[in-house]
Amino acid sequence: MDQNNNLTAFPVDDTFYETKLTTKFKKRKIYQPPNPDKLNAFIPGIVTKIHVKEGQTVKRGDSLLILEAMKMKNNVVSARDGRIKSISVKESKMVRKGELLLEYE
Amino acid sequence: MWLKDKIVEFFKRKEKVTVGGGNKAMEKQIAMGKMTARDRIKTILDPDSFHEYDLFVEHAGKDFGMDKKALPGDGVITGIGNIMGHPVCIFAQDFTVAGGSLGLMHARKITKIMDHAVKLGVPLIGINDSGGARIQEGVNSLAGYGEIFYRNTLASGVIPQISVILGPCAGGAVYSPALTDFVFVVDKISKMFITGPEVIKTVLGEEISMEDLGGAKVQTEISGNAHFYAKSEYECFEQIKKLMTFIPWNNTKRADPLPPKPPKSNFEITSVIPPEPSKPYDIRDVVKSVCDDSDFFEIQEFFAPNVVIGFARLNGDTVGIIGNQPLVLAGVLDVDSSDKAARFIRFCDAFSIPIITFVDIPGYLPGVDQEHNGVIRHGAKILYSYSEATVPKITIILRKAYGGGYIAMCSRHLGADFVFAWPTAEIAVMGPEGAANIIFKSEIAASENPEETRKQKVQEYTEKFANPYVAAANGHIDAVINPEETRGYLIHAVQISREKKEIRPNRKHGIPPF
Repeated sequence: MDQNNNLTAFPVDDTFYETKLTTKFKKRKIYQPPNPDKLNAFIPGIVTKIHVKEGQTVKRGDSLLILEAMKMKNNVVSARDGRIKSISVKESKMVRKGELLLEYE
Repeated sequence: MWLKDKIVEFFKRKEKVTVGGGNKAMEKQIAMGKMTARDRIKTILDPDSFHEYDLFVEHAGKDFGMDKKALPGDGVITGIGNIMGHPVCIFAQDFTVAGGSLGLMHARKITKIMDHAVKLGVPLIGINDSGGARIQEGVNSLAGYGEIFYRNTLASGVIPQISVILGPCAGGAVYSPALTDFVFVVDKISKMFITGPEVIKTVLGEEISMEDLGGAKVQTEISGNAHFYAKSEYECFEQIKKLMTFIPWNNTKRADPLPPKPPKSNFEITSVIPPEPSKPYDIRDVVKSVCDDSDFFEIQEFFAPNVVIGFARLNGDTVGIIGNQPLVLAGVLDVDSSDKAARFIRFCDAFSIPIITFVDIPGYLPGVDQEHNGVIRHGAKILYSYSEATVPKITIILRKAYGGGYIAMCSRHLGADFVFAWPTAEIAVMGPEGAANIIFKSEIAASENPEETRKQKVQEYTEKFANPYVAAANGHIDAVINPEETRGYLIHAVQISREKKEIRPNRKHGIPPF
């Protein structure tokens, strides 16, 4: 259905081919390496409780917040020691999958 | 008088159940832009050929006051009629009766006509227009779905199964179409999903319209669940009838041949292909320049268009066509196109339809999303299906046939019966640019003018390997042919291998990389 798009130079093994791209290809998720300083929602849901404050030092395993999804209260714990730089969500706020929850320093 | 009274009573009873959900509900259905279930059946079938069964079946619901309710025909019409003079079994869910919801007897009507279809060896056409399981019947409606899935699976590869989605088709209901061979959808009418927008919103907080979640366009372009897209129900029925001309009635028969016709004169094979190997063209023009009447019936036109599949005729006989499409993503194989081609190969193999493969492929699509989505597993499906297929397999290499793509596109090594190549074919481990960069890496780096050396090496590699003659010298291809001879060679190959026999070791079944 997306037949009106223009020809693009598309590389396969160092050769560039003139071709059209599909909508699905253009919308594909571009890979980003995991950033240990950022905590993103692993599932869409509601942040029902935030256990930490900005500037607070946390240890690996400390509970950071509760993310309620699919009727389950998910206890999100810190994967590492560190200090919380910023919190991007508020309690009872709905978050999408992949949305930034908080950042470490 | 006694007989007359009985007959009058019969007509009365019949009239009562034939009205479905009543005139009001019928008007509502038509106001939604939809045909009634009975009209749909009549439009698909040859005139006056429909014989209805199980008209007087009553539903089996006992709880929630259902025992006091009458549901005419239990919300589904079943029977047998003709298409092009040949019988088919057909059912159509009637949305005007309890929203076409599926209870146990509704399901039993469907399974009965499915059993008929298998016994009689005729195709099954299912028209889906249902709100889903009849909640009041509880686990019995689930049982009904399960019994349908079981029969869909047993009939798979025995008779052609066609699903037409003409309304909502949600939850468990979508799995019956998914198990069938061809799924037809109509713009604005068809909706398919496992969990609807409501549930998604409550559970996940994501808001999406029914159309964007599982409408006709989404199912034909993004998910690939549907094979044919139409603007109206009438166009959809025409597509079904056209499909039926290409396929056999069951796996012991062949499709009726048509009188042979030459391709139309405006499709000139030599004017289709551009001189430079990196320039695109529409592979469908090549197909049209060799097949009867230039009539190519494409399947899944909008899904993974980098590979083209469909039916055509050669000298009157049906063939299945698979081709890389240089016009889209340079014709690479990827997750979606591998799924698309592999399933089509298995359909052709199950129903004795020879497979013609047109090759112009630079390789598999590179990318993290491809790897993480399992392109290894999906790409393997195409290898599996080609290797497994015992129908005549004829391959024609037009230009590029590089690396894994060359092997995958029905090469001699996967059991192709005939492999032809045009003089423009380049059968090599990869394109000259990439190959030169690897083979002469240190030479290029050590040279005084690396760019100049690189160009020279690419040129050397092109001259030596970017041709069909290395493969021909090794017997990997059978003939290098003049493009204008293509139709002749293909017709010859199809006819000569018509009674081909290939014996495989006994086994219950293989384990394809689903």
